[in-house]
Amino acid sequence: MLQHDVLVIGGGGAGLRAAIAAAEESDRLSIGVLSKVYPMRSHTVSAEGGTAAVMRENDHLDFHAKDTIFGGDFLSDQDAVEVFVREAPAEVIQLEHWGCPWSRDPDGRVSVRPFGGMTVNRTLYAADKTGFHMLHALFQTSLKYEKIVRYDEWFATSLLVEDGKVCGVAALNLHDGQVSPVTAKAVIICTGGGGRVYPFTTNAAIKTGDGMALAYRAGVPLKDMEFVQYHPTGLPGTGILITEASRSEGGHLKNKDGYRYLQDYGLGPPTDKPVHRKMELGPRDILSRCHIQEYQKGRTFDGPYGHYVHLDLRHLGEKVIDKQLPFVRELTRNYVGIDPVHEPIPVRPVVHYMMGGISTDLDGATVLPGLYAAGETACVSINGANRLGSNSLTELLVFGARAGRAAARDALGRPPIRSNPLAQLAADERRRLNERFLRADGRERIAEIREEMQKAMEKGLGIYRDRATMQETCKTLRHLRERFAHVGLMDRDAVFNTELIAALELESLLHVAETIAHSALAREESRGAHTRTDFPKRDDTRFLKHSLATHTPDGPRIDYSPVTITRWPPEERKY
Amino acid sequence: MAEETITLEVTRYRPREDREPRAQAFTVPYRKDWVVLDALNHIKDRVDGTLTYRWSCRMGVCGSCGMMVNGVPKLTCAAFLRDYLPGPIRVEPLAYFPVIRDLVVDIEDFMGKLRRVMPWIIRRTEQPLTAGEYRQTPAQLEAYKQFSMCINCMLCYAACPVYGLSPLFIGPAAIALGYRYNLDSRDEGYHLRQPILAEAVGVWQCTFVGECSAVCPKGVDPAAAIQRSKVAGAKDWFLSILLPRGGRS
Ligand code: SF4
Ligand code: FES
Repeated sequence: MLQHDVLVIGGGGAGLRAAIAAAEESDRLSIGVLSKVYPMRSHTVSAEGGTAAVMRENDHLDFHAKDTIFGGDFLSDQDAVEVFVREAPAEVIQLEHWGCPWSRDPDGRVSVRPFGGMTVNRTLYAADKTGFHMLHALFQTSLKYEKIVRYDEWFATSLLVEDGKVCGVAALNLHDGQVSPVTAKAVIICTGGGGRVYPFTTNAAIKTGDGMALAYRAGVPLKDMEFVQYHPTGLPGTGILITEASRSEGGHLKNKDGYRYLQDYGLGPPTDKPVHRKMELGPRDILSRCHIQEYQKGRTFDGPYGHYVHLDLRHLGEKVIDKQLPFVRELTRNYVGIDPVHEPIPVRPVVHYMMGGISTDLDGATVLPGLYAAGETACVSINGANRLGSNSLTELLVFGARAGRAAARDALGRPPIRSNPLAQLAADERRRLNERFLRADGRERIAEIREEMQKAMEKGLGIYRDRATMQETCKTLRHLRERFAHVGLMDRDAVFNTELIAALELESLLHVAETIAHSALAREESRGAHTRTDFPKRDDTRFLKHSLATHTPDGPRIDYSPVTITRWPPEERKY
Repeated sequence: MAEETITLEVTRYRPREDREPRAQAFTVPYRKDWVVLDALNHIKDRVDGTLTYRWSCRMGVCGSCGMMVNGVPKLTCAAFLRDYLPGPIRVEPLAYFPVIRDLVVDIEDFMGKLRRVMPWIIRRTEQPLTAGEYRQTPAQLEAYKQFSMCINCMLCYAACPVYGLSPLFIGPAAIALGYRYNLDSRDEGYHLRQPILAEAVGVWQCTFVGECSAVCPKGVDPAAAIQRSKVAGAKDWFLSILLPRGGRS
């Protein structure tokens, strides 16, 4: 049987950071990293803008904490934020020591740039491919640890739980189609978010919320799922991300009259040089709402993929664009056929990030003994109701490392796993997959259900929400779940069955979609990224609390837990 | 007006069952903003769910979607249908790799080779984190930056005649990555890495024609890395730092 002390599910930034941390915690541990894609394919690779940490004398941990809490509309747990800002600097330096090619100042220090919602320059970057460089630095560094054993292109289909403790996973090896138990004394889920529940997203195809669904199906609550971040500048059609760094370098958002419309929404005055937290450096939730209001006023452009505005970089000049934003130039040239040196870029808000996720404590531990989570898949919560740009890459480092260390210590203290019952559980899982998918004769097609789910989510759970539309989406999702029970595969092969994977992913997506919809319906206020036309105000009396969605046969049950406030009492969020 | 269409001839192959690969033609809608990957997704979602290939980011950065398009290694998420008019477009698995199924190839060989070049920072002594970052000037960063842009897409292997003939060859991307760490001012592992690189290049007869660099979608120029790794010895290494770019003689 395949056995480890610590098993990490997901090989992106959080997963690799966790694996290395566990490896460094003790020589006696064996560590597995199991991922449905090769680690360097993980979605961390697509992050562009940067990584926030207090690095300079003009900055202070409290400033970073306050910006994060304010940006999160006071739903962040402030004890988590304090840990986060405190451990961030050492983590980004650690990554520097591991070879990450951070952009540099002339004196050789790592450079920092401004970013949306931040009061000080504190975003480290590697041009505009920060996530790519971080992921490859982590992956290449992980190769140095021989006790990290990888299961590349394995899909974890369920958690194995015995006596109320997690003991590993059942996992499908894509290369031969076999389902095997992989046991571990501690399991860390680092599988990212699930932006693919929406039709327009910056997220890669693999972002299907698998880890969230794994935990949810095992009874672990998903926290604050109603908070979904729209990034204000994605490419229409493909949803490809145009980094916020293009605005922190000085890019302007303009409506169809060439007017910098953000000044009409309390973000002015417009200046030539970017000013912290003003205009284009406002937070993402607010900028996305401004876009929709411009559209409602008829001041956006109309294209084959709906309304859009212009992101104008021309005044930055070719030199700055090539040095600081080369990937933006590459992407826009390739995918929209325009050169940002000479033409403005068409952009619109697209789904980007999930603030919510598997509910964890400061060490990534969940309520299920032996189960940990970190990164976008988790909710600690530092991001509250709206994440600030460049906090997510830092989050996966800080909390990836913390979860790795905690899981390692946990594993050291646990007796060996009894393998017999687990083999039985894995056999059950094998049977489930066979009966459910490979031998079933359903007529429903995966792509159709997926597309209808995405449409329903965009309609009911977009930037602006109201009760009636959300209720309709909840109904549609239930109905889609019933249809999913009759899904049929054309592919019955054992080897590299990507249609089976697509079915498993759709199963995850449907779970995630339902938790988003039901959590949002229950939250009768507007806060951060969750904006309700029928409840337009923040309501601290009723809703200064986290939502917790727990799986039941009839859909998610919504409970609440308190928000931890340490030093920053809630105040009105105005920029 | 009838919808415009274009035909893809896609390789189908299940090594355990089929005697040999065959091409299957699919006619798909033609859209001028579609890439080859969009066409494959259209087929998978609406026509034939058994078609097998890898993809994820659809923006040229995850390195999953490399295939031969009309005989040339390409990222299919960056290969536009409009550049192959009027078709048909031949889509095959990357050359020189064993096929797992249809368009999915086995890259385990590369994963092993990557580890052999020790692509991580090696130091005699680690500076503690509390002492801050290792200083590195923009010029020192520039010296290796180009070689750090590799997305491990394997296009260069599929274009490499040496790898085609001698699969033991460590190959362009792995050499470029090893070389990248040799050039990094923070690294002190040159003496460990360089013999591996020099031997890898020395034994196999790379002709330095540069097919690898020609197909690289990220401008990595592995041919330059191979060329400069050929000669062991500190003198050439220093020269290469002085002349970080191009300079292929
Ligand atoms: S060197 Fe270029 S072609 Fe080769 S794997 Fe890297 S990115 Fe791909
Ligand atoms: S899908 Fe990621 S490189 Fe093409």
